[in-house]
Amino acid sequence: MSQPQLLPTTDISACRNDFPSLHQEINGHPLTYLDSAASAQQPGVVIEAVARYHREDHANVHRGVHTLSHRATELYEGARDKLCNFINAVSRAEIVLTSGTTESINLVAQSYCRPMLKPGDQVLITWLEHHSNIVPWQLVCEQTGAELIVAPINDQGDIELDQLRALMTDRVKMLGVGHVSNALGTINPLREIIASAKEFGIAVLVDGAQGVPHMTIDVQALGCDFYAFSGHKMFGPTGTGVLWGREALLEKMPPYKGGGDMILEVTFDKTVFNELPYKFEAGTPNIAGTIGFGAAVDYLQSVGMSNINAHEKSLHDYMASELVKIDGLRLIGTAKNQASVQSFALNDIHPHDLGTLLDHQGVAVRTGHHCAMPVMQRFGLPGTTRASLGLYNSTDDIDRLVVALEKARTVFA
Amino acid sequence: MSVNEEMQDLYRHTILDHARTPRNFGRLDNATHSAEGINPLCGDKLRLYLSVNANDQIINAGFEGSGCAISVASASLLTEVVTDLSVADADVCFAAVTGRLTQQTTVVAAPKNVDLEKLKALDGVRQHPSRIKCATLAWHALHAALEQSSTTATTE
Repeated sequence: MSQPQLLPTTDISACRNDFPSLHQEINGHPLTYLDSAASAQQPGVVIEAVARYHREDHANVHRGVHTLSHRATELYEGARDKLCNFINAVSRAEIVLTSGTTESINLVAQSYCRPMLKPGDQVLITWLEHHSNIVPWQLVCEQTGAELIVAPINDQGDIELDQLRALMTDRVKMLGVGHVSNALGTINPLREIIASAKEFGIAVLVDGAQGVPHMTIDVQALGCDFYAFSGHKMFGPTGTGVLWGREALLEKMPPYKGGGDMILEVTFDKTVFNELPYKFEAGTPNIAGTIGFGAAVDYLQSVGMSNINAHEKSLHDYMASELVKIDGLRLIGTAKNQASVQSFALNDIHPHDLGTLLDHQGVAVRTGHHCAMPVMQRFGLPGTTRASLGLYNSTDDIDRLVVALEKARTVFA
Repeated sequence: MSVNEEMQDLYRHTILDHARTPRNFGRLDNATHSAEGINPLCGDKLRLYLSVNANDQIINAGFEGSGCAISVASASLLTEVVTDLSVADADVCFAAVTGRLTQQTTVVAAPKNVDLEKLKALDGVRQHPSRIKCATLAWHALHAALEQSSTTATTE
């Protein structure tokens, strides 16, 4: 899918001005926001889209014959169309709106896997996964008697592809794999992995939470069966997300939640479920958030995903090269192909102490286990400090990070 | 307070000293009481050991585990303070220290024979809501151990 490129690459530095929250001081220093992998800041157009809906267009969707309900429905369903286009889905019926990646994965575990898994079957994941791509599979394995198996990673943070392939057999019914590791930034070779899985007829879910903000996503080209992602990692509001699934699979899956909006007809004897994607969307949805999510898609496309990708790649290269110059600093995660996410350790300073010392200097980073405790165990660390970049970051942010780290080092010297 | 002063206020000399060279670090083989403290949000994890004699007096205290400078220093200071105290006095210390750090309105006074002056080194965390739990973790483990609770203490 081609992305519109309305701005030349050089103009991406102006994007920072689109984000009101970035222009403030924290502890007497300009805010240096390096925690976009946890949650990205929102551009003014997203904030305004949500506010305008509340101010002018609020009503429930899919219900009323009155004008406001019609407007709200148009905006809400318009966001679904934008998301459909954004990931190159075949049809809008494949775009299930959820509260985020976690709910999307739980939906697949409970609605696709649970009726199908039998004792002796296996669900395959990798050592890179964060908790929301581990725990839903653990739960469904406990419920069905299936077994969860895990493919290892190497010291750089790359999946050991030979060993992943060796674990693929006819017993494996589902592979859950992240697009990009939230803790180490590894970009997984998805096409290769998915092609291998397909030789064994294994269904594949891609956890795309960290993929969508950084690169063009084409679910048809990837060849997976499900792709899950969240709005707030890509400059939209929290509490929004998508489960994309192949229509033929979604069609066969039972509803995940019961309630209003997911039905065609209800009597006390029987309920006839609504068509896709509404079958999976019980209750009044996050209308305002989803409208903001749609505005975030518009924003990303106006900047251009390839511009974003190029900008972040050059920034990440700069960050890695500057960080290793710091005495006692060790990069954690040096995969062949890395997104703009970098974990590191500084001497034996605990990540939480480092995070507090950086915050004193206006630098916001994530510290701890990044909801990926097995990854930390793999590297023998209680946690790491992680700097993650978004399209609004610049080399100035990285220079401020380096200065703040040097200062933190002296406190613990 | 300048940013430099704030950093120094949180990471006072006593904290850095106890974090670098924690006192009474390691498993106590003759422990009569023990409890684990886990801070589920940040992964700090320690186990506190107490050896209590027939007169309900703590004759030895130790800990092991991993955590940030604040949580390790707090645990180290705790083992120094509670050694030789009666079980009842140690539990009053728990209430006094956690009450002070979380700025409870009703202040619990330290037992008369106990000097908690050194623990004022932890006061810097009161300005850092996300770090208060690091400082109170070991004290919750103490309380759980004294209650002979078999469950894990958390700061939640």
